[in-house]
Amino acid sequence: MSAEKTKKTIPYTVPIGPVHPALKEPVMFTFGMEGEIVKTVDFAPGQTHRGIEWMGMRRNPVQIVHMTDRVCGICGIVHSLSFARAVEQIVGIEVPERADYIRTILHELERIQSHLLWAGVAAHELGFDSLFYLAWRVREQSMDLIENLTGNRVNYGIIQIGGVRRDISSEQRSLIEKGLAYYQGLLDKMATLFLEDSTVRMRCRDHGFLSENDARILCAVGPTARASGLNMDVRQDYPYCAYGDLDVKAILPPAETGGPRGDVYDRIIVRLLEIGQSVEIIRQCLESLPPGEILWEPKMAKLLAACKKAEGEAIGRVEAPRGECMHYVRMAGKEAPESWKIKASSYSNLMSWIPMLQGEQLADIPIIVASIDPCLSCTDRVAVTRNGRSAILTKEDLTRLSREKTRRMMQ
Amino acid sequence: MNATSHLTPQEIIDSYRATFGDGLVDAKITERGEGTKKVRGYNIWLRLRRDLFRPAIQKLIEIRFPHLAVIAGNDLGSEIELLYIFSVFYGQKFGEYMVTIGVRLPKSDLTIPTITDLIPGALFSEREKQEFFGVTVTGIPDGRRLFLPEDFPQGVYPWRKDETGIPPEMVKNLWEVGRPKDRPAPPVPEKAPAPQGKNEGGEAP
Repeated sequence: MSAEKTKKTIPYTVPIGPVHPALKEPVMFTFGMEGEIVKTVDFAPGQTHRGIEWMGMRRNPVQIVHMTDRVCGICGIVHSLSFARAVEQIVGIEVPERADYIRTILHELERIQSHLLWAGVAAHELGFDSLFYLAWRVREQSMDLIENLTGNRVNYGIIQIGGVRRDISSEQRSLIEKGLAYYQGLLDKMATLFLEDSTVRMRCRDHGFLSENDARILCAVGPTARASGLNMDVRQDYPYCAYGDLDVKAILPPAETGGPRGDVYDRIIVRLLEIGQSVEIIRQCLESLPPGEILWEPKMAKLLAACKKAEGEAIGRVEAPRGECMHYVRMAGKEAPESWKIKASSYSNLMSWIPMLQGEQLADIPIIVASIDPCLSCTDRVAVTRNGRSAILTKEDLTRLSREKTRRMMQ
Repeated sequence: MNATSHLTPQEIIDSYRATFGDGLVDAKITERGEGTKKVRGYNIWLRLRRDLFRPAIQKLIEIRFPHLAVIAGNDLGSEIELLYIFSVFYGQKFGEYMVTIGVRLPKSDLTIPTITDLIPGALFSEREKQEFFGVTVTGIPDGRRLFLPEDFPQGVYPWRKDETGIPPEMVKNLWEVGRPKDRPAPPVPEKAPAPQGKNEGGEAP
């Protein structure tokens, strides 16, 4: 990566990262620039690879469930749910129906908080800070609900192999209903603020374009794929938890907004509409919440003994807020699984950065990079090499560039 | 792209059996239903002879262009098994299946052809398999490391269970790491280390 540093010819090489703009985890970008235009894109993830799979292959499934909570700092449920579902299939555990519904409710609450978090980050990248504050303030409602239901704001620790660890009481039920009504009343306002704002439209419409075919062949998932017109959503395509009982349809950018075009704007639309969809799903789940147990086996020793005997392989997959999350687990009659592979949703989405960023301007990088909602982190510094001179840009500098562009366009 | 009408899981296996005959070493369907209605979701597992790997992927693309989730792998002792995990028929209400295509490579010849010409999105996962299993993907357009740092030793493959796996001296157990020696003293004197209790963090037995 540093070999290009001393070159003075066009294209200029602009490395960005490893700790990066608009992201929640580090990744190293190298851009080849001609003037303000991005010509080539290269990136190196793995700056925070922790070897979680390696650790998992030395632990028992119950220990791993709690480790999977910590795979991601935002998605506290998708990894533990995927892993638990894979182990349940291998061991042959029938999850109680009530637990399936509680899992679904938390899964959707997580989607609400994750999409609102993303909406705030996106507004911030555009320099629309009042919207950023609003999005993060209303996000607190879902965080409070999650805390009330699980005991934690992040790393919920709610999933157990064979069910969930906490039930939903009737008081909590009315709290959830109150929360849903709150979001219901907010949706129109959020949609107006994001979608009818001319600045947001100018910065996002036709930027960060990803064609339907590129999304398909680069194996994109989740809102990124749906914004490009790919009709895929695990909740619709492949039944799991309570989704088999519900009628979930993948949300594509509606025709009245001119979609699907596959740009940043479409990705905003999809996520905003999905918040409404999640509210609807939680409401349906509450209405038909079945009574009964919440765990297949509350005694840990019995559960572990059953897991220890099991042999086989399985795939657990769920639709995370960012797209398909998948765990492959293989057990061979030992305490620890023999193989474990995590596929997080961003793993599938990162490659679509390349077509999205080519041809865009330096100042558009933050919002485009953020538009796939990558599960990677916040910029600390950016090194820009021009004419052999190297300058370090901080995250503030890059955000300033992005904001200045917004101002220029508003004049 | 190309479209065959929707097939049942058994029809997919039958068509593989018809094309590859004995080359299809093992085929099975697993299913699972959750929630109150227990709507079934299907996983198809196909294990093929090594030389049929690319034709098998091409056949899947003929059935319907699949979504590649990831390439998983198992170290089976003398062989490494790679599992290409796809899903087909997405976009149809509960009509999607997972299709896993597995091939075994003997450790004496760990090479597999790339599929990035067929599915460009496979690049990430192929790069990852190269560094984590020591498999050589022939024809890979970008063979650099993906997740492992540049100073990670050559010839160490984290997911291998043999002598090329992570050696014990590379493992840093957090509870054994004390305070760095080259730092100024803390403002308050350090407490004596807690007695070794039962609840000390650590690895599973």
